[in-house]
Amino acid sequence: MDHTQHASMIDAAPWQDDQSWNRGLAARRMLRHGGFVFGGCVLLAIVGIALLAPWIAPHDPYAQDLDKRLIPPLWHLQGDWKHPLGTDGLGRDYLSRLIYGARISLLIGVSTVLISSIIGSFLGILAGYFGGRVDLAVSFIIMVRLAMPVILVALAVVALVGGSLQVVILVLGFLLWDRFAVVMRASTQLVRSADYIKAAQAAGASTVRILITELLPNVLGQLVVVVTLEMARAILLEAALSFLGLGVQPPLPSWGLMVSEGKEFMLFSPWVITIPGAALFLLVLAINLVGDGIRDITAPETRT
Amino acid sequence: MFPYMLRRIGLAVAVAFTVSIVSFMLLRLSGDPAAALAGESASAQDIEFVRKKYGLDRPLVVQYLEWASRALRGDLGESAFFKKEVREILADRVWVTLTLGGMALCFAVVVGIPLGVAAAIRPNSWVDRAALTIAVFGQAMPSFWFGLVLIIIFGVALRWFPISGSDTLAHLVMPAVALGYYATPAIMRLTRAGMLDVLASDYIRTARAKGLRPHSVIFKHGLRNAIIPVVSLASVQFGFMLGGSVVIETVFAIHGVGFLAWESIRRSDLPVVQAIVLMLSIIYVLLTLLSDLLNGFLDPRIRVH
Repeated sequence: MDHTQHASMIDAAPWQDDQSWNRGLAARRMLRHGGFVFGGCVLLAIVGIALLAPWIAPHDPYAQDLDKRLIPPLWHLQGDWKHPLGTDGLGRDYLSRLIYGARISLLIGVSTVLISSIIGSFLGILAGYFGGRVDLAVSFIIMVRLAMPVILVALAVVALVGGSLQVVILVLGFLLWDRFAVVMRASTQLVRSADYIKAAQAAGASTVRILITELLPNVLGQLVVVVTLEMARAILLEAALSFLGLGVQPPLPSWGLMVSEGKEFMLFSPWVITIPGAALFLLVLAINLVGDGIRDITAPETRT
Repeated sequence: MFPYMLRRIGLAVAVAFTVSIVSFMLLRLSGDPAAALAGESASAQDIEFVRKKYGLDRPLVVQYLEWASRALRGDLGESAFFKKEVREILADRVWVTLTLGGMALCFAVVVGIPLGVAAAIRPNSWVDRAALTIAVFGQAMPSFWFGLVLIIIFGVALRWFPISGSDTLAHLVMPAVALGYYATPAIMRLTRAGMLDVLASDYIRTARAKGLRPHSVIFKHGLRNAIIPVVSLASVQFGFMLGGSVVIETVFAIHGVGFLAWESIRRSDLPVVQAIVLMLSIIYVLLTLLSDLLNGFLDPRIRVH
């Protein structure tokens, strides 16, 4: 090791040095974690595509051209450079629909998790921090929620209220909070008896203040991992609901809906279902890899 | 053991009741059930007629109590579409779904447990990494899409299996795979984690030290102890699969409860939807109860809490 560098390390204040070393280690671990890097890159690319959709989509995703129905993608002999991924049964450009579809999936994932993380974390932290009767009540609510068949209840409610993006987001948000509650409850129980919480209590901090400034930052790592898991689950569920015709409604280019619309052509034009399905797979895979990566890096001991 | 059992059974009954209340209210409050039943072309008078006929004009609490007390006696009402007892319709269909769920669970267990054991025997080997990769890939695949891909490859191109319907067991092979693969990663991961724990324990070291053959150590002493949590996970997964059958049965046009649920939702046949939601929740509650009791029986420490 370089001698001057060594000396400078000793001169630095110990806690500062310790922290910068930790941060460096975490960053290095992240970069060495192949799954995290791959997932992160794919996810960033999809987010970028979704944000830039109006500028990079070659065509209007809603424009129909009945003369150009079911043009195959480029890798087929009859491929056409004007439509790199071909067209669907109504002659709409498949690449453009795919690009705009990324917006719907990401929007569903983010908004659903926003709702469900608030509900679930609130319940979980309440149960974990107060224990006793509050814990019993929350555990009961979680059991009730788990006993309800998600897809069925979501389908029925969306059908009765009327399918739209907002309805799907609300329904999924109010159904998918269970894992947040379970994980937050467990990690709050762990943190609750820590010395710094006792110190804050002794110093006379209010409960709300302790929950927000002391507890929340310490359960955040767990929270982030659950966020990725639930985002993936919400995206898959929206796709399933839309596939069953009781989610996002046409002509919106939801990937699940694209598979559903392509189903009748799938025997002779299989790409109409393989392309949107592969997009869904890639997005969910990327989100899961990022989540797994964060878990491995922040809490290697919980790796299974 | 007895007080523990009693407590768990009481809790299960309470959960089932609460679920029935919540799902009843959810379905009644999400829209106007009378308008949905009457159909799109119905006039205001028609809707009023339907509302009176099905008693939808009374307070919700009264409606719920009547529905629940009938359901307790095994009367789930009459389907608005089939004009038949819901109970009879369900009795016709439930076996297909249970068979499908059972086959799916078999698939998940037969693939998941050996992979988990193989991964745990040599952690960080290529087997381990391959198993983890399969798990990560499996969890990212939309089940309806996987079902369609199976149809294209094994149904249409190779012609190995029939692509729709539920007349024979061969009809259920592809749906069972499409339904079961999603549970495989969870079962594999839990088996792996359990095996890693057990294989590091003292009694395994003793078994090895006294010269038992490796496969006897792994399977007779190791797996038998690692499998307990997997059994309870599997029973819970079975409950989830019955819920997931809505999607898979629709993809493969299998005339089970899931497909019936989807059709009934589309035709606003509320009594049938209500009954299926109730049935699936009760099956799930029973499964978790069973796995809790099994765990309590196998591990006395759990009973104390």
